[in-house]
Parts: sequence; C-alpha cells; structure tokens
Amino acid sequence: MAAAAPAAAAPAAEKPGHSVTSPFVGTFYRTPAPDQPAFVEVGSVVKKGQVLCIIEAMKLMNEIEADVVGRVAEILVENGQPVEFGQALFRIEPV
Amino acid sequence: MFKKVLIANRGEIALRVIRACRELGIATVAVHSTADANALHVRFADESVCIGPPPSKESYLNIPQLLSAAEITRADAIHPGYGFLSENSEFAKVCRDCKIHFIGPRPEMISLMGNKVRARNAAREAGLPLLPGSIGTVKDPKEAEAFAREIGFPVILKAAAGGGGKGMKIVREPHALAQAFATAAAEAVASFGNGDLYIERYVEKPRHIEIQVVADEHGRIIHLGERECSVQRRHQKLIEESPSPALTPELRQQMGEVSIRAMEKLGYNNVGTIEYLLDENGRFYFMEMNTRIQVEHPVTELVTGIDLVREQIKLSSGEPLQRKQEDIQMRGHAIECRVNAEDPVTFAPWPGKITAYSVPGGYGVRVDSSAYENYTVLPYYDSLLAKLIVYAEDRPTAIRRMQRALGEYVVQGIRTNIPFHRAAMAEDAFVEGNYDTRFVERLLASETGTHRLKKAIEETP
Repeated sequence: MAAAAPAAAAPAAEKPGHSVTSPFVGTFYRTPAPDQPAFVEVGSVVKKGQVLCIIEAMKLMNEIEADVVGRVAEILVENGQPVEFGQALFRIEPV
Repeated sequence: MFKKVLIANRGEIALRVIRACRELGIATVAVHSTADANALHVRFADESVCIGPPPSKESYLNIPQLLSAAEITRADAIHPGYGFLSENSEFAKVCRDCKIHFIGPRPEMISLMGNKVRARNAAREAGLPLLPGSIGTVKDPKEAEAFAREIGFPVILKAAAGGGGKGMKIVREPHALAQAFATAAAEAVASFGNGDLYIERYVEKPRHIEIQVVADEHGRIIHLGERECSVQRRHQKLIEESPSPALTPELRQQMGEVSIRAMEKLGYNNVGTIEYLLDENGRFYFMEMNTRIQVEHPVTELVTGIDLVREQIKLSSGEPLQRKQEDIQMRGHAIECRVNAEDPVTFAPWPGKITAYSVPGGYGVRVDSSAYENYTVLPYYDSLLAKLIVYAEDRPTAIRRMQRALGEYVVQGIRTNIPFHRAAMAEDAFVEGNYDTRFVERLLASETGTHRLKKAIEETP
C-alpha cells in the first residue's frame, strides 16, 4: 500500500535472509483467531510449510506458509493491516 | 456522490478517470501490477495497491484481487475504464453483490450487448436497422449458403462471441463458402472458445460511424452526435473524428433519434456507444454496442464541450442528466490520432524504453497519455502510448493543426506510428473526407502512400 507515491512493494531485501511476500491483496492476521496466540514470533524457528500468518481476502482466510527453513528475524506488517500483492511480510534468516 | 473511486485499469484511461475524480473532489485508488509500480496513474492517485504480477490475467483481470483492493481501501465505487473488465458483466455483478458501485450500465445491459447474436436481436426489437443476414447463428455451410443466396453475395461470416476481427471471413462466391466457414469457426473456437457463426451482407465501402449516448438512472437519454472511426487496421481504430465528413445534418439527426428511441426501449443507463456501418448510399446498419467509455471519447468532448468521464461518474452516482437534447450543439471539428508503440509500416508492437519525449502543445492541442521520458513501454499490455487530439473551427484547420502537432511530437528509443499518421493526414482521401474502412489498406498499397510514409519516417524526430 502506498499513499500517493510509487513506493509499492518496496524490497525489504537490503537485510540478509529470505522475504516471505503476500500472494494476494488482503488483510494480514498473525493469529488463527482474535483470542488465540500468534502463529509465530520473532525468533521462532520455522519449518518449510509451517503456517506463518493469515491473509484475509474476499472473506476467505488464506494460510500463508513458510517456503524455507529458518528463524523469523523480522515481522514486517502489523496485525490487522492491509497488504498488497508482493508486499514483504516476514524476513527469515537461515538457522 | 462517491467518496472514493478505485480505477480498475492502467495507462492513459486510468489517468483520465483520476483527473475527472480529482476535479469532482473524489478520492482515488490506483491498482497496478508489479510491472506498473512506476506508472503515472499510480503516482497521481491518492492511494495505490499492487494487485499482482505483470500478466493481465493475474492482475488487471483478477476480480478477487480488485475487490480485495477496493475492500481494504474502502472504495465505494469502481471505474473499469475501457478494455480489461469494462464489459465483463460478471465483474459488474460481483461488484453489485459486494455493494461496490460499478461505474457503467447494469450488468444485464452489459451481458446483453456482449453477445453479438443477442445484441442484434435486441437491437432489431428496439427498432435499429440491421444488415440483411441470419437472425441467429448458422449451424453449417449448407445453411450459410441458403442464407447467402437469399441476401446476396458478397457476405461476411462473423463469430457470435467475437470482436477484433477474429473469426471473420468475407465470401464473394458460393464455392468459397464451405472453406471460409471452416476457417472462421476454427478461429472463433481458438479466440473465444465458441465456434458459433452468423452471416450477413458485406458492404464494399463501409464507413464506421458511432453515436455517443448518455443516459441517467432516471430514464433520460440524449445523444452527443457521431464519431467517424473508419480509419482502422484489422478492426483496430487508428484515427477518429467528429463530426463525420460523411453525415448530413439530416442523417445525423436521424441516426441520433433512432439511437435514443432504441436506448429508451432497452432502458439503457450510463454512457454507451452504438456502432453503425454506413454504406455508400447513406443507409446505416447497427453493428454493435459498447457499454463503456470509449478510447475515442475526447473528440466528442471537444465538439460538444461536455466532459464525458465527469458526466459518467455523476450519472452513475444517481445525479439526473442536466442537459436536454436541444442543449447539445456540435461546434468545430476534432480529430484524434492513436499513437501506438509499434512499427509504422508493419504495425508490430515495439516495447522498450523512451529515451527522449516531448509532447506537442499550443492552441487546440490535447494529449492524453501516461508516457514520460525514461518510461518503459511494457510488452504485457496494449500498445496505445498516447491519444493526440486536436480541435479547430473547421475540418481543414483541424487537419493542418494535426499535421503541425504530429511534427512536434518527439518519442525516441522506441518506434511509434506517428509517421503513419503524418502520411494519413496528407492522403487525398482523408483530406477530402472521402474514405472508408479500407483506407489504411489502400494507403499501404499505393505508391504515393508508401512514399509519404517513408518520407515521414525520415522526417520524424
């Protein structure tokens, strides 16, 4: 999301590691439901295929999985925020 | 009035809608593919959302992504522009279901006009003249031949689901019908997934004349005269003008009145264009209706003084039509040249980076474009780079103004069809206003035409 500027999908890639990006336009959620704990925290070690977050699009909850093994170094979007296609969501560093 | 409009399009038309919204005090949301992150429509909108990768199917044609973008930005209306989803009744329907206002006619109207056979039947019932031909589809060459003998050769076979010249075949002799039928049906299947064909009489020297209609949500309908769009190549319009040199005031009035009566019968809402074929004897026949704003809308704006996109948005929000038919007056003459990123001779698309760019200006010149210096024309999308439009008090002055403006236009780094337009503006048939839809074909086949084109290529900066 860019406000009046073409800064869309800014590459979060100056830092080391791998970016997990949003495959859809939608709303980002860190938890499976409002009263439950987050799927992952900074420092969590994740397996390939592990659910990292949910992107809600068209009233559907889409689970976004890690596409690499590693440690969550950074969570780049706040819970409940809108995200656009290709926007970086997590930075994952090799363990 | 709407508070925030999402523009489900790119290029010059996205910019055109953003400009109209800004003047109306409406906030705008641009959507874009990853390839268009630096496009002008993204820069000039209040907000932007990246909706997918470069291929249109995954971005500008991706309905779930567009609706999600409208949802997260809280847009209350979507303007579809032209092309992409502008005539997709499913999209209009989904917008309605999601309580987002689709700026255009009702989905039922879009779907009716989107199918050529249904549209022809509806047009006939609404009193529009049709070329003699089959009422529905013809199922095989035998049935086609029976129709052809009844209406007389030459005939044309057309795909029921078609457009853009695909699945169209002209047949001059009975013996060629079977082969042409097979080819047209195969093309129709390949292009539209539907091989249904219909047949009609073929006019040798047709002119393409279209009538702009404007309707509100309360049953009021007016027309804004005609646009002459006969300069086409493979059914792609290249030059449009208004008024048409082929129409008398009587014929204009007749075409306008017939169009309005038909739209009243159909209950049409929002802006639309009825395309007619005009024959050598001044008879006109319904071809199809476009249920969206057209590329060539600026020529009508210049001769009527009506901002069509502004009007479209206002009418869509429910505002009643302020003008009556007698308030509409066409003054002066407007011509539009579509400047495409393509080879001026072969018309092959020519994507690439624009290394130097300078637009013409001065009195009576308008350029609607999303190009700029260092902009890269992308291979994924339409090759339309700019619409160069001129306005003058009369047609000869408009032609000279267009020649002057074309001479000022600098686009370097890629090829454009500017030299083609320079050659066309010098062609006797165009200057005399005596041309039909085979104008381009004749220009490229004639010695003077090709010589002028060659010279224009050398002289174009």
